[in-house]
Amino acid sequence: MSSGTAQRYLLTGVAPLGGEPTDLLLAGGVVAAVGADDVRAALGTGTGADGGHGLDDVVTVDGAGLVALPGLVDLHTHLREPGREDAETVGSGTRAAALGGFTAVHAMANTSPVADTAGVVEQVWRLGRDAGWVDVHPVGAVSVGLEGASLAELGAMAASAARVRVFSDDGKCVHDPVLMRRALEYVKAFDGVVAQHAQEPRLTVGAQMHEGVVSAELGLAGWPAVAEEAIIARDVLLAEHVGSRLHVCHLSTAGSVELIRWAKSRGIAVTAEVTPHHLVLTDELARDYDPIYKVNPPLRTQADVDAVRDGLADGTIDIVATDHAPHTREDKDCEWGAAAMGMTGLETALSVVQQTMVDTGRMTWADVARVMSTAPAAIGRVEDHGRPIAVGEPANLTLVDPAARTVVVPERQGTASVNSPFRGRELPGRVVATFLRGRATVLDGQAVDRAGQHAGQHAGGGVADVPGVRS
Amino acid sequence: MRHLLSTGDLDRETAVHVLDTAAGMAATQSREIKKLPTLRGRTVVNLFFEDSTRTRISFETAAKRLSADVINFSAKGSSVSKGESLKDTALTLQAMGADAVVIRHSASGAPHTLARSGWVDGAVVNAGDGTHQHPTQALLDAYTIRRHLVGAGGTADPAGRDLAGLRVAVVGDVLHSRVARSNVDLLTTLGAEVTLVAPPTLVPVGVEAWPCRVSYHLDPVLADQRPDAVMMLRVQRERMGAGAAGGGYFPTPLEYTRGYGLDARRLALLPDHAIVMHPGPMNRGLEISADAADSPRAVIVEQVANGVAVRMAVLYLLLAGEVSPAGGHERLDDRTGIA
Repeated sequence: MSSGTAQRYLLTGVAPLGGEPTDLLLAGGVVAAVGADDVRAALGTGTGADGGHGLDDVVTVDGAGLVALPGLVDLHTHLREPGREDAETVGSGTRAAALGGFTAVHAMANTSPVADTAGVVEQVWRLGRDAGWVDVHPVGAVSVGLEGASLAELGAMAASAARVRVFSDDGKCVHDPVLMRRALEYVKAFDGVVAQHAQEPRLTVGAQMHEGVVSAELGLAGWPAVAEEAIIARDVLLAEHVGSRLHVCHLSTAGSVELIRWAKSRGIAVTAEVTPHHLVLTDELARDYDPIYKVNPPLRTQADVDAVRDGLADGTIDIVATDHAPHTREDKDCEWGAAAMGMTGLETALSVVQQTMVDTGRMTWADVARVMSTAPAAIGRVEDHGRPIAVGEPANLTLVDPAARTVVVPERQGTASVNSPFRGRELPGRVVATFLRGRATVLDGQAVDRAGQHAGQHAGGGVADVPGVRS
Repeated sequence: MRHLLSTGDLDRETAVHVLDTAAGMAATQSREIKKLPTLRGRTVVNLFFEDSTRTRISFETAAKRLSADVINFSAKGSSVSKGESLKDTALTLQAMGADAVVIRHSASGAPHTLARSGWVDGAVVNAGDGTHQHPTQALLDAYTIRRHLVGAGGTADPAGRDLAGLRVAVVGDVLHSRVARSNVDLLTTLGAEVTLVAPPTLVPVGVEAWPCRVSYHLDPVLADQRPDAVMMLRVQRERMGAGAAGGGYFPTPLEYTRGYGLDARRLALLPDHAIVMHPGPMNRGLEISADAADSPRAVIVEQVANGVAVRMAVLYLLLAGEVSPAGGHERLDDRTGIA
């Protein structure tokens, strides 16, 4: 596996974490220099005020107005491979991730076959490595076949080449309290974490949407908030009892935020995530029965949206994770009850966070870096992502243009599926470039594959043709 | 009115117009020749993904009395049972030239999906979707109530009138009932006061936003509110008892009947003019006793007859009439020759 690239990138005038603009030089897979003076020294040449340096092996990206963030890390992605390659592959899903500013994703275990053995997680890991868009960290199933009955071989997955540290039956809840206790205890041996899909199954038989005023009117079976909150309450107490780490996936209710806040105040080692869609969309969208808005956990009320925003702003909720869930058109082109649950999110996540948290003044770009990179990397024990933007650090970076506005057109996204709930919406912010260990996976908003770079198209070729990038 | 998906979409004026049109249709049904030429050459498809012989033959009768061609498409034993999607079924019907699709489906919102999708050009009529809506049932209920209780106690022509001031109690499994939802919307729009009566387990979370009252006790509602009409909802036996999925809403049928069944004693609590209604099919001895079902004040069989007239009116207005909530209704007589 290549640790970097021969190509060097000079990013001029970018604002790390939204701070003072500066220049960054990416070389040898790391951040080689920070600041105009150090960059000039590192390049061994006089760099003009316009950024010209006369070196053939250095691509200059005009970063004026762009915010530089550590490459985003998604703790919750469904790549669908193996098994549902008609909806997404590791290749298409990770390309979508790169376009969304990510440099690492955690691939959920509910594939077919289930990622419950060392063999399957290594397969996914290798597919990710071969695709080369982002680092793929497979999530291992907690139970064999996601059946919730007996523990999968967590130790073997942890010791495999995929080095699994996050375990989840996501899509299903580890509802048996004994199995949950054992899993929490067992992963301590390799510093793992159990990521719980909190959904009490008996309270959600046949559930279609949030249980409340809208479900009562629409006659759709309700998914009550208490079904999420009851599991979270149980699990934080279990985590406290056995002294383990617990991560709560896609928390969606005001009551869940209160429970996490209480658990943290007791010193319980719990972390929590919220999805972009739960930061902005509500159950009112179900009113015309368009299953594009059918998702699990369901879209909640405006009061819940307000509460998860509060929780994210005050640190109760640690991270934003996409729960990117691609589905084929036939799985959404039907009546609500027959439709699959889930929505894509990798390529809109950063924009939604900007819209709901940054543009509203509730978070800074440094906070965004924390909730979308540093903290998820720490929870997943991913060591070379979510790092500071500093000399010697891995060159995993994303450049964002906060002033841009984009209308979402799912057919133009990198993901193989079109089930975005944001179709036709104008969202703020645009990922201009993404770098994985110093290699550009995205330049001027376009995916750049590894073959293209190997073909040497960077100098005077396709890459250099795009605006804002010059050799 | 391009489709009829939910009674919540009807304003007072449109609803009254449908009832008036139904009255005109009913008048033709006492003639020796019941058939009208109005929808000759038009095709109505009854697309039933769920068994409901009663509703299907009511729509079929209505369409045939208007001279429409009727195609009955039952999911049982068809391509649908082999896994064909709603979309492909709809595209097939469209290719055959359906002017109206009457759809019954177990999934709430399926008629909305059909109407919104662009898969069919024709009018979509919701004949019952999941636990959501059954608008023609509510219209026939409103028609029946109006016929008996509006206009000098049912002796004068109620044309043009709504149900202002009338009190209606709807009793039973509100949670799973599309009849209850449809009636709450429509009867309220028409000015009636609706009280839902059910054990708390059979009332949906979120009911507080509905424009009606909710009570857990039938006796005080009958004695104190003196309802003008009592509508008993069918209680499915699989809702009771413990264990089975979807069950456990009440302990035993006997306890349900004691609390919420309409028996002879409760019948006697009603005002003299009050009518007893049931959308059928009835569970005699569970939600309604034979005393109540067979009493002179029961209008249950008449509801069935009114169903045909109301469905004739709906098909007529969707396929031949010009209805706009803003007014300017075409006179029924102009097009049908009803005098």
